[in-house]
Amino acid sequence: MAVTKVVMPKLSEAMDTGKVIKWLKKEGDRVQGGDILAEIETDKADVEMEAFGAGVLRKILVGAGDRAPVGSLIAVIAEPNDDIASLISGAAPPASAVGKPAGPTSAPGATSDRPTSVPPQPRSEDPAARQPAPAKSPDGPGAGSRTETRREPAPGPSAPVMAPVAAAAPLAGGRVKASPLAKKVAAQRGVDLKVVQGSGPGGRIIRRDVEAATTAPAAAPAVARALPGVTGPEYEDRPLTQIRATIAKRMPLSKAPVPHFYVTSEVAMDRAWALREELNALDGAPKISVNDLVIRACALALLQHPEVNASFQGDSVRVWHRAHIGIAVALEEGLITPVLRDCQAKSLGQIAVESRDLAERTRARKLKAHELSGATFSISNLGMFDVAEFSAIINPPEGAILAVGSVRRVPVADGDEVTVGRRMMLTISCDHRVMDGAMGARFLQTVKRYLEEPLRLLV
Amino acid sequence: MAVMTYREALNLALREEMKRDPRVFVIGEEVGLYEGAYKVTQGLLKEFGPKRVVDTPIAESGFTGVGIGAAMVGLRPVVEMMTFNFALLALDQIVNSAAKMHYMSGGQYNVPIVIRGPGGPAHQLAAQHSQSMEVYFYHVPGLKVVRPSTPMDAKGLLKAAIRDDNPVVFIESETLYAVKGEVPEDPDFVIPLGEAIVRREGRDVTVVAYMGMMYRALEAAEELEKEGISVEIVDPRTLRPMDAGTIIGSVRKTHRAVVVEAGAGFAGMGSEIAAFIMEQAFDDLDAPVERVTGANAPMPYARGLERAKTPSKERIMEAIRRVCYAERS
Repeated sequence: MAVTKVVMPKLSEAMDTGKVIKWLKKEGDRVQGGDILAEIETDKADVEMEAFGAGVLRKILVGAGDRAPVGSLIAVIAEPNDDIASLISGAAPPASAVGKPAGPTSAPGATSDRPTSVPPQPRSEDPAARQPAPAKSPDGPGAGSRTETRREPAPGPSAPVMAPVAAAAPLAGGRVKASPLAKKVAAQRGVDLKVVQGSGPGGRIIRRDVEAATTAPAAAPAVARALPGVTGPEYEDRPLTQIRATIAKRMPLSKAPVPHFYVTSEVAMDRAWALREELNALDGAPKISVNDLVIRACALALLQHPEVNASFQGDSVRVWHRAHIGIAVALEEGLITPVLRDCQAKSLGQIAVESRDLAERTRARKLKAHELSGATFSISNLGMFDVAEFSAIINPPEGAILAVGSVRRVPVADGDEVTVGRRMMLTISCDHRVMDGAMGARFLQTVKRYLEEPLRLLV
Repeated sequence: MAVMTYREALNLALREEMKRDPRVFVIGEEVGLYEGAYKVTQGLLKEFGPKRVVDTPIAESGFTGVGIGAAMVGLRPVVEMMTFNFALLALDQIVNSAAKMHYMSGGQYNVPIVIRGPGGPAHQLAAQHSQSMEVYFYHVPGLKVVRPSTPMDAKGLLKAAIRDDNPVVFIESETLYAVKGEVPEDPDFVIPLGEAIVRREGRDVTVVAYMGMMYRALEAAEELEKEGISVEIVDPRTLRPMDAGTIIGSVRKTHRAVVVEAGAGFAGMGSEIAAFIMEQAFDDLDAPVERVTGANAPMPYARGLERAKTPSKERIMEAIRRVCYAERS
């Protein structure tokens, strides 16, 4: 039977290492192609990794919480009798295997008397585990049920394995004890639980430990609380989250080599606002946001102005005929731009439903890999922060990005009268290698017309 | 709103429903001439007559069966158990007839019966009369089980139970009959079965408790407030159908849960609630769900031992501190 190498997948353009959040299969489990093996944290989201072959998950080389370079071997699927020793002895150790000292048993190839195919068994031969549970006191079934749990074999160091000290360490360090919430928060903030000190019972990592690990480098004395203005630490160094690190790496690659120019236009939003209110009053219809109107307007305008929906490729310009629009979603840790595909073919209602779903899953970090790349144009909307206008940095290889301000009520000249109208500022950032000012301006005019005559968005 | 006792609230609910619907009648030991062992049926015989307030021999299986038969042919009986511990004698009627009839008759019969009376630990009623009887009933598909903690709930939920087309087990408490509280006098006031209520809002931990334990949890919450722990208390009110949504919503906010129940803990309500919290809110938990339950022993008669068997405020506070990882101050 075939031996399947499981390698760290490349799940986004910018990804060079990935972290195994958790394995959903354990060593010894039989897997089919298509089964979800593990959850991988990329620079942008948590992605499920499928098995590409069938067999038994014989060996996991990169444990939960560890990082490995893209393409490196992280597990092996094979039949129980297949020899996989040579395969795994050549594998590189995980990139940041903190807390995993390279003791005799942790060297992947040195399997000694235990064949690698044997799944980790509860060590029931451990005499300590055989101790009878203390007699139930009449005081409390709570106590009664807890002793039942204790009857399970104690994992880890007490098991009689080879050199007692060195061998025990990997067993003890292999599993991080953390509350489910702590794990979730750690995954969201990109914290490696292996380096977090747990303060719960038995060293369990709980939420406050993860939060402490992300905010303060060392324990700031709690006594200093009285006068936070003067006595607290003067500064703190916050480690970059995965997302922030990616943004820091990629944005200079845009701003420096890509010659940006900006075109700004004001859009009268009175009719779009009224239309939106009318649509949102419809029973059972999806709720439409201003951003949904902007997405729809851009999708239609991009079809008419393909020169804006284009990428610079050195000696050619790739002009896209479909509008895959990246929608910037702000998370606490940074910005993520999931992609709503084929917007040109989607109704306003579809856009509303799908963009909301995309945003929610972005916040929950449940995006699939293909939803994170392949945009041909992006929209960044800071309207909810009461921003009049701003300009955005292009996300290469896209050729342009639209920055959307708030819809504000402002005085407007209506003939000789001053009345109150709703206005919104749009600023497009364009790659001058791909297009010129006039092209950007014409595109913006078209977007403006769609929004000012919003019934066009419905036909 | 009027201020009245839990007992008066139940009485008012019975009276209003008997006035509203001539099919409603009360049956049980001492419910008529003696006006109820705990005076819940006070004045009903005088007002509604012996056809609607029926005294029976000491024969729980018999009069519960009479009630079920009456319900099958269209009446709406309210069967009183002098204490719910006596319902054990009628267990076959309740479990095998009341709960199953709708199903086994293919929907031809339904059994709109309420079986009510006090249960749970009280004051030195000893092993046979202090049991948290709800556990014998909420396991059974086809039964609804109510445990109302306040006078307002007693009235609103008893009316909902009487109007319900299915058998409802409605367990009161000796220790709460004299508790006073505000009760709406509106005869149309009902509290739907299956809706929990947040008794106290808090940030740090969700405590699920009902009846006497709910009051004890409130006291624990007040004390822990001084230690800086903010406790939210959810009272399920109806144990079946259980309003898991309200409990889960609270746990998602606080990330910790303690379930308190007076009865023995093994396979108790706390087990069920802890299980569905872990099923539905696992990733939101920052600590294992804790149960605070009565000891796994018969209820002793001696006052000191009775106190030791039943969850105390201190034990509730300890469990809350543990799930909050708080040092004892």
